[in-house]
Amino acid sequence: MRIGVFVCRCGSNIAGTVDTAAVVERALHEPNVVHAEDVTYSCSQPGQDAIKNAIHEKGLTRVVIASCSPRMHEPTFRRAVAEGGLNPYLMDMVNIREQCSWIHDEKEIATDKAVDLVLTGIDRVRRQHELQSSTAPITKRALVIGGGVAGIQAALDIADSGLEVVVVERDVTIGGKMAKLDKTFPTLDCSACILTPRMVEAAQHPNITLMTYSEVTEVRGYVGSFEVDIKHKAAYVDFDKCVGCGICEEKCPRKAPDLFNGGDYKSKAIYIPFPQAVPKVAVLRPEYCTFFEKGKCKVCQKFCDAGAIDYEQQDRVVTEQFGAIIVATGYDLFDYKAYYPEYGMGRFKNVISGMEYERLMCASGPTQGHIVKASDGEEPKTVVFVQCVGSRDDKVGRPYCSGVCCMYTAKQAIMTREHDPDAHTYVFYIDIRAGGKGYEDFITRAQAEYGVTYIRGRVAKIYERDGKTVVQGEDTLLGEQVEIPADLVVLATGIESSQGAKQLASTLHCSSDGYGFFTESHPKLRPVETQTAGVFLAGCAIAPRDIPSSVADGSAAASKATQLLLKDFMVTNPQTSRVDRSRCIGCYKCVEVCPYGAVEKVEDVDGRPVANVISTVCQGCGLCVAACTTGAMTLEGFTSEQLIAEVESLCRL
Amino acid sequence: MPLVAETKKNVAKEKVTIVAFLCNWCSYAGADMAGTSRFKQPADIRIIRVPCSGRLDWLLISKAFKEGADGVLVSGCHPGDCHYTEGNYYARRKLESLKRYLPLFGIEEGRFEYTWVSASEGKRWSEVVEGFTDQIHTLGVRQAG
Repeated sequence: MRIGVFVCRCGSNIAGTVDTAAVVERALHEPNVVHAEDVTYSCSQPGQDAIKNAIHEKGLTRVVIASCSPRMHEPTFRRAVAEGGLNPYLMDMVNIREQCSWIHDEKEIATDKAVDLVLTGIDRVRRQHELQSSTAPITKRALVIGGGVAGIQAALDIADSGLEVVVVERDVTIGGKMAKLDKTFPTLDCSACILTPRMVEAAQHPNITLMTYSEVTEVRGYVGSFEVDIKHKAAYVDFDKCVGCGICEEKCPRKAPDLFNGGDYKSKAIYIPFPQAVPKVAVLRPEYCTFFEKGKCKVCQKFCDAGAIDYEQQDRVVTEQFGAIIVATGYDLFDYKAYYPEYGMGRFKNVISGMEYERLMCASGPTQGHIVKASDGEEPKTVVFVQCVGSRDDKVGRPYCSGVCCMYTAKQAIMTREHDPDAHTYVFYIDIRAGGKGYEDFITRAQAEYGVTYIRGRVAKIYERDGKTVVQGEDTLLGEQVEIPADLVVLATGIESSQGAKQLASTLHCSSDGYGFFTESHPKLRPVETQTAGVFLAGCAIAPRDIPSSVADGSAAASKATQLLLKDFMVTNPQTSRVDRSRCIGCYKCVEVCPYGAVEKVEDVDGRPVANVISTVCQGCGLCVAACTTGAMTLEGFTSEQLIAEVESLCRL
Repeated sequence: MPLVAETKKNVAKEKVTIVAFLCNWCSYAGADMAGTSRFKQPADIRIIRVPCSGRLDWLLISKAFKEGADGVLVSGCHPGDCHYTEGNYYARRKLESLKRYLPLFGIEEGRFEYTWVSASEGKRWSEVVEGFTDQIHTLGVRQAG
């Protein structure tokens, strides 16, 4: 055995705290180590060349690379070693950056630790042997969870490359939050005008199937062959028959909260969310329906010419196969009614959220685009906007910036002046964050061209006095208290993770952060991938995003999914379990614990019951190894022999 | 009083051996995150990467103690968040029972712990390392036999 050791300096990232030359020196004293050197950047071309050359020149049969985390560059070095003519699984990485040089200050301590880790890596690599990948088929279909603008973009991109896509949306219609917006910043494009054609395109695309009013409940399988349970919630309307004429909603005698417009507005127990809904179908909410309550009414059924009403409809679960999944579950808005007692918690009629204001401004909104006060239907003459409501505030558990509120507030202030040039507009802000293209100009326009008054400071209190809603705060630039008697106060509520996102992350075996946003595989280099192969991310599921970024994410995730699905077969990870049949007693504990059904019961040539691992299905978790009582099960790459060697080596040092 | 402080200081300087088994998907990534964020940590701990905390059996942990480890730490994905669906449930059951058995074999309580750290909890990982290292320093180097 001829082992080569490469210690990366990573510029000064490692060499700054680890004496790499000393590590090399120490490694050379180990048996079988015939080559050791330190390299400035082992991942760079010269670094990789050094590894390949040494394999050739020194006839290396094992390689240890001490550098960054294997989670970062294991594939890079596997490839390099393979190009050097060695089986890629005869290489092992030792993490002396993230878990050594970056967390220790003293050079002596860090060097000692790096030596320990490298010697352990050498002991481990000795026990490695060649592994060969095999191939598995791929289901050439993609699932997009969430039909907002990010999901629509992803679905269209995948579908345009000729692959089949299913979009699962829990709402009645696709379109997401963008469908509720009146205008978009900084161009003041009409939101519906740019979105609805995309919605229709998605609905009519021959490769796209929309499953609205549906939710993903269960995900089994793995990259290339996911099996997904999708629950279609009972709508009491047959979507195939419904033509979206709206007669049911018109005739329905029962009022119910208007979920689309929000606020205190009402729609009916059976309703179509908005005129441009896609698919344009009605949904009945039994909790508000007279028939479900009292057993008689059936007005909707009587008037429905299409015969689409079905009071007997039940939740229905279908199981579908996919090769890749894109999560585009979007966001929810901070519920200002649950926090900030100083802002009234919904007690004041003329204190509303940004989204409610957006609906007021929209021509298809509850007031046909007339901005009016909820209290008396009068036009407001003074509108105060309060930023960072549920953003950048540790007190309410939302310390992060929502990224879009500065901009949508500026947009709404501008639009307020467009609607009524005599209106006075004030914005309370902490800082203005206008990082996008054309954003800063937009803020400047709001101030200079539209005369919006910006006041730096948090609002301390909102209260009602003499028919006015008074906003009290401090102008921190002038250092004085201000009090503005307003007609309408708009709270710029922040973005939070979509309800149920954390649970979906668990279902998909993805991680999410403390706020429920999905964790990317790498925040910079793999921004739309997750740790779970075949699961990709787009839009606000990752973090607060504006529309351009969500659309870019959608395309990025689509391209990742397409890359995967366009292959004819998938190369599998050979680090899977295998059975030593001579040791197997056929107890099948392995079969019980395997989460993937990768272990099957078979008979050996002599008719003895033994276990067999289907290597293309095995995901390499090693549960079977831990369950095996006779030591018949081995997980390649993490064999007991290797792990014990590591333990021995670490404890000896 | 100064004497106690002095002793504590000396204890803290003694080199202890801590072996930590971390699952690849959550805790190892969390430890990487701690590194990327430059959260400084004591250097007594040595990490072994495993695919899943469910891969671990009594053998590996007992072996570490047999080889002279002063402390052993296992960290995986939070229950419910296992990359392999349910590996950490198996781990939790096994590790909890092992934890109760170890004192019977002469391994003092506190020398073995298991915990859950996610990929986004770099800060938490550094706190776990600090806490566990302190704990092992307090218990001191394990006496042979």
